[in-house]
Amino acid sequence: MSELVITLMRFGFLIALWLAVVAIVLVLRRDLAAPKEARPQAAASRLPSPSAPPVPPQPRAPRGSGRSSSTPRKLTVVEGELAGTVIPLGSSPITVGRAADSTLVLKDDYASSRHARFFPSDGQWIVEDLGSTNGTWIERTRITGPTVLRVGAKVRVGRTTLQLQR
Amino acid sequence: MSAPVIPGRQVEQARSRQPTRRNVELALLVLVWLVGSLALLLVSMGAADEVVPETWTVIGITGALLLGIHLAVRWLAPYADPLMLPTAAALNLLGIAMIARLDIAEALRAAANDTDAPGSDALDQALWLAVGAIAAALVLLVVRDHRALRRYTYIWGLTGVVLLLLPMVPGLGVTINGANLWIQVGPFTFQPAELAKVVLTIFFASYLVQTREQLALVRHKVLGLGVPRGRDLGPILVVWAVAMLTMAAQTDLGTAVMIFGLFVGMLYVATGRRSWIVLGVLLMVVGGLLAYTLFSHVQVRVKVWLDPFAYANDEGYQIVQSLYGFAFGGVMGAGWGRGYPQLVPFAENDFIFSAIGEELGLVGAFAVVVLFAILIQRALRTAQASRDAFGALLVTGYAIILGLQVFVVFGGVTKLIPHTGLTTPFMSAGGSSLLANWIILALLLRVSDHVRRPDPVIVRPDDATTEVVGRP
Repeated sequence: MSELVITLMRFGFLIALWLAVVAIVLVLRRDLAAPKEARPQAAASRLPSPSAPPVPPQPRAPRGSGRSSSTPRKLTVVEGELAGTVIPLGSSPITVGRAADSTLVLKDDYASSRHARFFPSDGQWIVEDLGSTNGTWIERTRITGPTVLRVGAKVRVGRTTLQLQR
Repeated sequence: MSAPVIPGRQVEQARSRQPTRRNVELALLVLVWLVGSLALLLVSMGAADEVVPETWTVIGITGALLLGIHLAVRWLAPYADPLMLPTAAALNLLGIAMIARLDIAEALRAAANDTDAPGSDALDQALWLAVGAIAAALVLLVVRDHRALRRYTYIWGLTGVVLLLLPMVPGLGVTINGANLWIQVGPFTFQPAELAKVVLTIFFASYLVQTREQLALVRHKVLGLGVPRGRDLGPILVVWAVAMLTMAAQTDLGTAVMIFGLFVGMLYVATGRRSWIVLGVLLMVVGGLLAYTLFSHVQVRVKVWLDPFAYANDEGYQIVQSLYGFAFGGVMGAGWGRGYPQLVPFAENDFIFSAIGEELGLVGAFAVVVLFAILIQRALRTAQASRDAFGALLVTGYAIILGLQVFVVFGGVTKLIPHTGLTTPFMSAGGSSLLANWIILALLLRVSDHVRRPDPVIVRPDDATTEVVGRP
């Protein structure tokens, strides 16, 4: 065999090997992106949910700027797979997490099974992290203890964002 | 009362569209098999200037086996991760190609010395792949739900320890190349430690799911790290003692490092306490120092690691030849069959990575590292998505084993760390290692199938009646 053929075979194999590796990596990337693609469909099919009438176009800006005298009435999922879900606020605490007995069950790999808890106290709503892995965040700060929520505050749990609304 | 918001039916519809991705797996398997076959052909052309007859046999056997295991996955674990099987197959085929390459070198050497040509190791490896693939299919068939494995926690633990100590049984254990790692049954030699790691991971996962709440407790803090309570130190000390005993019995560091590293890693993942890592590293240092003072072969390994070229013609010969191999390969490699990997003793098992480095260069060696990284990433991703703690810990344990083995072997042959005798998963010649790794792959596929499978109907416990509908 000529030297040229040998060199061609040598580089040809390395290219073929890396083509296989790149093919695997491309599938891996698609796999990572998959939940995002599925999200709009999931949200659309949830609209006629009877248990909680959702309010699809959520106002992003807080309705009551600053401290409002009125008490919040609902907790709305504004971002994430369950976007559009509304939880009416009563007197009982609300738990969020992947565990099946949570009030809001998340299908989110970045949320812990018992991630966070919302509870009322003296007419105010307080959020508390339950020792989650990735933390509970208000806007861009990770909370360290029970924190009072203002109306309009956005709480992030994994890939889900919840907003306290009137 | 706030009504629980569980959009059950809608979520179910959205998830039932979850694709199985089996066709992607098949396409990747075909691609990987073509690359592997190309490697085998190039090996023959490069080293022997003709296509040796075994090549076509090996190509046929591997193709049939990969198709078979793919069909088994399609039937038994339809939602399993589509990347695990092709990645493992790619590593396996590259290993077989390199073993075939070393076969030719041995045959040429035998011809030059006028001795009989030794049997084909590549063919043996393809047959062991058959054993591994059948074992993997059987595991998928028998273990329909990995959580069933939890029922036998302590039986797994006992089996693991027995397997580790089996080579010590007089009349059964055999010493090969100074390490007492093998048992001999009839004409077959087997390395039970390889199976021990599979079984011990099941035991550790099951045990830690039961006890992790306790083991995560902290009484006081030192230097910002929580110190575990004294009575919780029991398990880690027991595993450490077992690892030390194994090392003493087998005169081999590799297995001990792997078992102890596996336990410490899983302990950290289960409890989230960094102090376990600190404690584990301290215990490993103590163990290492003990081994260094007690065993002369450990001293030799360290001596050779620190200055291999001073012993280039005796104890350091292997590692020096391995380094020369990497240097000869350079960035693009010498090409299949154009290097001299046969100069490294045991190139087909412990030092297969340096043979790859010599003939495929840095570019080819990196492809191997990336393939391992992908396999480990898939396992960790499965653990992250797993909703049962046992499954998550089990696959994390296997990811740790793969990672540790790859690090210890690749670090050893490149002189980053002292060399210890461990096999390269899926690549090294050797039936026990291949069998154990295919069983591990089957369990990874089983858990990922469970994780990715769409939920059946979500049943929410009602006030009056509580019904739980299990998976079909």
